[in-house]
Amino acid sequence: MTDLTSLTIAEAREGLANKSFTSLELTDAHLAAIEAARSLNAFVLETPEKARDMARAIDAKIAKGEGGPLAGIPLGIKDLFSTRDVRTTACSKILGNFVPPYESTVTSQLWRDGAVMLGKLNNDEFAMGSANETSCFGPVVNPWRREGSNTTLVPGGSSGGSASAVAALLCMGATATDTGGSIRQPAAFTATVGVKPTYGRCSRWGIVAFASSLDQAGPIARTNRDAAILMRSMAGHDPKDSTSVDRAVPDYEAAIGKSVKGMKIGIPKEYRLDGMPTEIEKLWSEGAAWLKAAGAELVDVSLPHTKYALPAYYIVAPAEASSNLARYDGVRYGLREQGRNITEMYENTRAEGFGAEVRRRVMIGTYVLSAGYYDAYYIRAQKVRTLIKKDFEDCFAKGINAILTPATPSAAFGVGEKAGADPVEMYLNDIFTVTVNMAGLPGIAVPAGKDAQGLPLGLQLIGRPFDEETLFSLGEVVEQAAGRFTPPRWW
Amino acid sequence: MNVSVKPGKLIKGQTGDWEVVIGMEIHAQVTSNAKLFSGASTAFGGEPNTQVSLVDAAMPGMLPVINEECVRQAVRTGLGLNAKINLRSVFDRKNYFYPDLPQGYQISQYKSPIVGEGEVIVELEGGRTATIGIERLHLEQDPAKMLHDKLPSQSLIDLNRAGVALMEIVSKPDIRDAEQAKAYVTKLRSILRYLGTCDGDMEKGSLRADVNVSVRKPGGPLGTRCEIKNMNSINFIGQAIEYEARRQIEIIEDGGVIDQETRLFDPNKGETRSMRSKEEAHDYRYFPDPDLLPLELTQDYVDELKAKLPELPDQKKARFIDSLGLSAYDAGVLVAERESAVFYETVLAGLADRARDGKLAANWVINELFGRLNKEGHDITDSPVSAAQLSAIVGLIGEGTISGKIAKDLFEIVWTEGGDPRELVESRGMKQVTDLGAIEKVVDDIIAANPDKVAQAKAKPQLAGWFVGQVMKQSGGKANPQAVNDLLKAKLGI
Repeated sequence: MTDLTSLTIAEAREGLANKSFTSLELTDAHLAAIEAARSLNAFVLETPEKARDMARAIDAKIAKGEGGPLAGIPLGIKDLFSTRDVRTTACSKILGNFVPPYESTVTSQLWRDGAVMLGKLNNDEFAMGSANETSCFGPVVNPWRREGSNTTLVPGGSSGGSASAVAALLCMGATATDTGGSIRQPAAFTATVGVKPTYGRCSRWGIVAFASSLDQAGPIARTNRDAAILMRSMAGHDPKDSTSVDRAVPDYEAAIGKSVKGMKIGIPKEYRLDGMPTEIEKLWSEGAAWLKAAGAELVDVSLPHTKYALPAYYIVAPAEASSNLARYDGVRYGLREQGRNITEMYENTRAEGFGAEVRRRVMIGTYVLSAGYYDAYYIRAQKVRTLIKKDFEDCFAKGINAILTPATPSAAFGVGEKAGADPVEMYLNDIFTVTVNMAGLPGIAVPAGKDAQGLPLGLQLIGRPFDEETLFSLGEVVEQAAGRFTPPRWW
Repeated sequence: MNVSVKPGKLIKGQTGDWEVVIGMEIHAQVTSNAKLFSGASTAFGGEPNTQVSLVDAAMPGMLPVINEECVRQAVRTGLGLNAKINLRSVFDRKNYFYPDLPQGYQISQYKSPIVGEGEVIVELEGGRTATIGIERLHLEQDPAKMLHDKLPSQSLIDLNRAGVALMEIVSKPDIRDAEQAKAYVTKLRSILRYLGTCDGDMEKGSLRADVNVSVRKPGGPLGTRCEIKNMNSINFIGQAIEYEARRQIEIIEDGGVIDQETRLFDPNKGETRSMRSKEEAHDYRYFPDPDLLPLELTQDYVDELKAKLPELPDQKKARFIDSLGLSAYDAGVLVAERESAVFYETVLAGLADRARDGKLAANWVINELFGRLNKEGHDITDSPVSAAQLSAIVGLIGEGTISGKIAKDLFEIVWTEGGDPRELVESRGMKQVTDLGAIEKVVDDIIAANPDKVAQAKAKPQLAGWFVGQVMKQSGGKANPQAVNDLLKAKLGI
């Protein structure tokens, strides 16, 4: 029997269907892999008992031929998703040992479709970070290393646990969330496929909020097909989320292998940054060439407001976060640090409960919303956001089907390398991805090659609203051309 | 410039007359089964923390979903206030930390409220009216309730009220004295109760007012205002305004300046005192709630609600005056409370001849019934005399079966013993005597026995009333007064 953990979801689905192995066997193989990979710190909570119970239950169903699209597939769940009766912390001390009495809509749809939960995955505290170093459970380690080096690298963030676990074969796929690049950047750093769906495509209900107008759940998987399979279960309208969109969920998997002939692919000149590594340049050109070879037409396009996206993002996202995180006050649940009066209790609790990056963003957000600064910061950022959105709309109105860009300005960097530096240096990781969140569009990061040191690099494809299918078709073209990348096991 | 503002009572100071300028923010709890953004119950008086959803407790990842019934009620209220309904409105977050605010922000409407400008006509003493402008009405969440007196060193929180829908109704600064302020709250409360959009129960906190008071020399520039928070009695509102206006006048006349601040009214001492100054005021950092889409309504939706609006006090009053000939005062009294109007209309419904007896019925409801209810501490809703019974009594008078005087006896019997008024009149022989022969005999006897009074009456016809009284007395009140009058006039030759 081949190593069950190296199967794709599509392959495992077949194996389960034709009874080559059971979900329990598949689950046990992953549980063993998780145990052996604790040095990666990808999981913050392993739930082996629950996993086996779920596997047994789904095996019984499979035996009766009632599986569901994800029957028996073991997944990891980012700790931002509330899981009923299973500790959910957003990797923040302030939530302590919070155990929600409810299940997020997205995860409940995964369980509805037969998936098995292996445990909760590490992430940056409240999804704030681009290296998974702000987690109260400590940093996640990237299974990829530079060739000939033992330096531990970050997996990116905030969905670093998800990306690391999927890349290291600890789970077949994972849930993740993306507010400014938190799915796509770690996917690019780990040679996995990460999808940030259109805003409103997946319900936000039960996901610990970072920035409500930007947050969107999506999958991280090892192939485009696997990501498409997961997307179909994660997406859908939810009356409990007013921003979720009532629109039929297509069979995303049907888009895999579909011809991209005649599609117009925009190449935005504003993404060609000064000082961008030549490897990234090369990767981008290569990606464009693959798409062209598959019959797509390349079109130079302009997204003139791109350079304002990151500064505007770092106003909008902290503004919303400062308000979203106000509920962590020590009054009803989570951490409480006593004080002599209510104000002191708040101060002590929040000072003790939040990490440095979260405190920084709460302060930035509070500042930009405060009287006298609101118009200069928040309102202007919203105007920029409208312009960014319009840039894309103009582009799509000219018949562009999708836009190709690099996913990140660099490959994965070392743990601790940027943590102490100017926070802006860390924020620059999201330079290619934040525009997509600001415009509410779908984006996918697909592995496309390696740098000179053997580290994976990704390309990003940006689509029209609710046209994730085109992204999967294009992503598959890149995957077929570039091949798949698996890190050599060293842990 | 609002031309409809009525000058109010001026206050005399040492330096001359002062005018009070008042604006009000009324918080009215929306009548709805569920909260503004969650499905939890809004019922009053539940055990603490038993009516709390995950959204109300602000659990991680919970999202608000607008309750359409609250929107409907807000629109209906706006229509009842003759206000502009904004087809697009936006929910904002008002951010501040306090344990009664689980989310750390209150979802409210800041720049784009659901209802815009409107107006309310209020009744003042002496049949005067004033028009008070409405600035806006917006929807927002009620905070939780803090319980400070259960434990010696800790406060407890009851989240039952957290997230209940409130309508904040903001008036223009059109109110000019305490009387107008009281009349405004009274009228607003009445409209809300007619609409069924707020029960108006001030004791339970369903209706609370923040009152902004400033003073100025008549016609002068506006003074600095103080806000008196959380008033839950119409009388206290009047007292607080009187006190606050005088306090401000004294400070200014002593050469001081008014600090813009929030104050609380202490009903025991009858004074207001400082709660927090402007410097201590929160920076609420309002911004549009990204969890909610802008609220968009169609004109058709609004029109449909408008078409189904019940008759409101002003319309009802006009109808009572026009079709029943009631005086403006009587009509005003009857429509002031929805229950009174309902009672009166039930009395009307039972009358055989409404055109003839409608006015009489109004007199009976206002004078006899209300008088008695007040005296004995009853409410119209638990009146011992039902509308049907009163209707029967009025009908008996109108058709001439009993006299007004007998009717009062009958009312007394119905009040204390109950029963069908028509049957009581039969069984207790209370029918009016219209037999002219019988009445004439009584008249003749009295004239014969009192020659001096006859002489006086002939000289001064007004004194004939004495004879009417005597005849009624002798007939046990049952003689038809009109017949008695006619007979006396003929016999006395006046």
